Amino acid sequence: MSAPLLRVRDLATHFFTRAGVLKAVDGVSFDLSAGEILGLVGESGSGKSVTGYSLLGLIDPPGRIVAGSIRLHDQELIGLPPAALRDLRGRRLAMVFQDPMTTLNPVLTIAAQMQLALGAHERVSARAGRARAADVLTRVGIPDAARRLDAYPHQFSGGMRQRVAIAVALLNRPDVIVADEPTTALDVSIQAQILAEMKALVRDLGTALIWISHDLAVVSALASRILVMYAGRIVEQGPTATVLRAPRHPYTGGLLDSLPSRAAPGQTLQQIPGLPPTLAALPAGCAFHPRCARADVACQVAPETTLAGTRGWRCHHPLAEPAP
Amino acid sequence: MNAPFITVTSVSKHFDPQLSLGDHIAGVLGGAVETRAVRAVQDVSLELVRGEVLGLVGESGCGKSTLGRMIAGILPPTAGAVAIEGAPVMAGRRPARKRTTRVQMIFQDPYASLDPRMRVGDALAEGPIVHRLVSRAAAPAYVAGWLRKVGLAADAAQRYPHQFSGGQRQRIAIARALAMQPDVLVCDEPVASLDVSIQAQVLNLFLALRHELALTMVFISHHLGVVRHVSDRVAIMYLGRIVEIGPADAIYTHPQHPYTQALLQSVPQLTLTEDVVTSFKPIDGELPSPLAPPPGCAFHQRCALAEPRCRQQVPLMRDVGRQHAAACHLLPASTDVPSASAR
Amino acid sequence: MNRDTPLFRLWVEFRDNRIAVAALVVIIAIAVLAILAPLITPQDPYNLAKLVLADARRPPGTVGSGGYVHWLGTDAQGRDLLSAILYGLRISVLIGIAAGAVAFIVGATMGALAAFAGGRTEMLIMRFVDLQLSFPAILLALVLSAMLGQGHLQMITALAAAQYAYFARTAHGAAATERAKDYVEAALSTPLPARLVLFRHILPNCLPPLIVVATVQVANSIALEATLSFLGLGLPVTEPSLGMLIANGFQYLLSGRYWISIYPGIALIVLIVAINLVGDQIRDQLNPRLKR
Repeated sequence: MSAPLLRVRDLATHFFTRAGVLKAVDGVSFDLSAGEILGLVGESGSGKSVTGYSLLGLIDPPGRIVAGSIRLHDQELIGLPPAALRDLRGRRLAMVFQDPMTTLNPVLTIAAQMQLALGAHERVSARAGRARAADVLTRVGIPDAARRLDAYPHQFSGGMRQRVAIAVALLNRPDVIVADEPTTALDVSIQAQILAEMKALVRDLGTALIWISHDLAVVSALASRILVMYAGRIVEQGPTATVLRAPRHPYTGGLLDSLPSRAAPGQTLQQIPGLPPTLAALPAGCAFHPRCARADVACQVAPETTLAGTRGWRCHHPLAEPAP
Repeated sequence: MNAPFITVTSVSKHFDPQLSLGDHIAGVLGGAVETRAVRAVQDVSLELVRGEVLGLVGESGCGKSTLGRMIAGILPPTAGAVAIEGAPVMAGRRPARKRTTRVQMIFQDPYASLDPRMRVGDALAEGPIVHRLVSRAAAPAYVAGWLRKVGLAADAAQRYPHQFSGGQRQRIAIARALAMQPDVLVCDEPVASLDVSIQAQVLNLFLALRHELALTMVFISHHLGVVRHVSDRVAIMYLGRIVEIGPADAIYTHPQHPYTQALLQSVPQLTLTEDVVTSFKPIDGELPSPLAPPPGCAFHQRCALAEPRCRQQVPLMRDVGRQHAAACHLLPASTDVPSASAR
Repeated sequence: MNRDTPLFRLWVEFRDNRIAVAALVVIIAIAVLAILAPLITPQDPYNLAKLVLADARRPPGTVGSGGYVHWLGTDAQGRDLLSAILYGLRISVLIGIAAGAVAFIVGATMGALAAFAGGRTEMLIMRFVDLQLSFPAILLALVLSAMLGQGHLQMITALAAAQYAYFARTAHGAAATERAKDYVEAALSTPLPARLVLFRHILPNCLPPLIVVATVQVANSIALEATLSFLGLGLPVTEPSLGMLIANGFQYLLSGRYWISIYPGIALIVLIVAINLVGDQIRDQLNPRLKR
């Protein structure tokens, strides 16, 4: 096992709002190796996106990273001056957003924006830049890339635009790409194409990928390891197939059981009762206990992470280990 | 066999581009102004029997929402008609207005489909009061009853939509539709914007209400798993046309149209094995533009099996099993039926 | 009592801006003083029989023949300026709000109706509004008040006619946005009658931008009325509004009797600035792009 490329320890990102301090991310730790695809799963408000943004230093006031450590290779990212962070972003770390127009400038041609992205980190001649841009666009599955370089973003379809955004992220061969729900707004047939291309890219380039999603099926098809977040904390982690086959945290189990594919058509689905908690009023102890059938008095105290081999869970009463 | 309850007779919907004065001038000066109509729905016929749930599946731009809105009586069809027990959903006057309260619609985004300035109770009561389903004096009790039916406390009536979460708002939207005492519910992606753990709650609510109130439902979704779970029959749409329709089981286990087959394979399945090899086979290419649908079978450009006649002739619906029909030239042309309905 | 209403939330955010709250207090104070003017002023400036010419053009602080102090001095007719200003504010505020309200109701209804109806109706209404917006409002108000003659009602009519177009344009834009939202589609699909959808759903949701326009337009109405009065059009001379007081003092400004023009001027500026400050804060609050 190689040393981790990215090492996140006790990351805490809080938002200081009128309603009080919102602990969007509260003590998140994980490692990421080169070429690994990590799935970050959770519902809205679970902190999965804020975790991704924190890695790139993209937290704006009233939010702030209040504690923890993010080490890329051996460099600590927390506390870096903004200019140094900006230089790292795009070169070593890149982000793909749900809406590709977050990245793309509507009034510049694809070639122009890719030149800009390249030029921000190294001096590249216009000709070499075009060649590299065309190469990356081809890699993400854009046919006839050299000719389409002079098109504007609006001339691409939604799926193609997301591919361009991925290409911009790939341009400087970053070590880590954080992708925040990049296929959620796309059709299933286009999503399938992009998922297949992302897997091939990661395999070929050795880039590590953090794929943030609410869709367990997408993550199961893509990621080798999974982190399940709930109310700002990682409640379960481990190899994707193992976790999804035999979840230990009741929340993961509940999510899986509530999938329509788990019940006969027309039959009542198993459901997690209640609502996800709001960050402004988190339940004391384990944040999941008000919705959990296994909860008892012990759950008034927040559980620590139990580690067993490659897996980990934060629960006083984990689901039974399956018979071997 | 039951008599059809809802009949959709060869409806089409074309959207003409809204040209402003500036666009006209730009067009005269040789600018690239789009003057072609979007052919959102093309010649679709359907029949639903009372109490059944029809799932309407397709990718964005396939016309499923437009078809749903025509069934709900929000959009007047360009051609064709929708009727419930023979009575048209829309009156034929200009501008065409919805005439019946028997169909109600539930929208995708519960954050947008509730008037933010109206208390939940008022929003639920106004339709029934206008249509004299309940008196003004009896309205509060009536509203409270529907709120309880969808699993909310009766005091929700006093609050505003922003005080509820997405799942709760969708329940309110469902209560509002049900308070009109409809026979038919058209649901446009009703769980797509909800959190995973809430989706199951709302789907269960749909299933329970369907049986309790004997509702006929059109359930529109891009999510094949959700559709399979709630639907008796499923219709697959591609570029404005129904390409396959049949019992949910048959569609999912024996899909006949190449597009249905490809779509089912595109859906990421929950993979529980260690080897994380690609578990889906993407369809090549992208959706053609509904401004200029390809001639013949609209799917031929992306279809691995396409033959010359697929580029020229629009395939008709053919029976391929019990109540199961698909529009593909490659299927055995044993019994060509001119209507899209397999009934 | 449910305190989490949209209006209450507006107030919770509003009270964070101290300047805007101060401006609001000033407006309320001016309004109270103006309303209570007959009770608190030592003199009725409109009662010509009570005016004493011997008291004319007294500087601030002198005691006049009435036996009370003229804190802000007197004008050329011997009016106590403090009384005249408070009565003048009364007229200004009344006319400004009345004209604003009429323009609001007419303009908002026209604009929302245009957006809701669409097609030819929309084009007809909005082209007419555009046409009017291409004229300066003051020109229109001048022509109208010259045509209609003097009087409160005439003035309100002239000001409303000059300003409704701003409401119409704003309402049209807001209503077109609301028209496309799902809740309108939901209401129409119930189906609810179009009139109900327009007045119960679309218009209330267009209120935020309209309120912003309303604050600006009330301030504009007051300024416009003052301008017209300054020019001698509009209100009767026997009931001087702020504009007319300024005009009357104008000829004495250079002879050292500054107070006749300056104090009504200050009152006018304070009122207009306060209204605009409140309007700015509301606009900032309602503009989602400026949020946080």
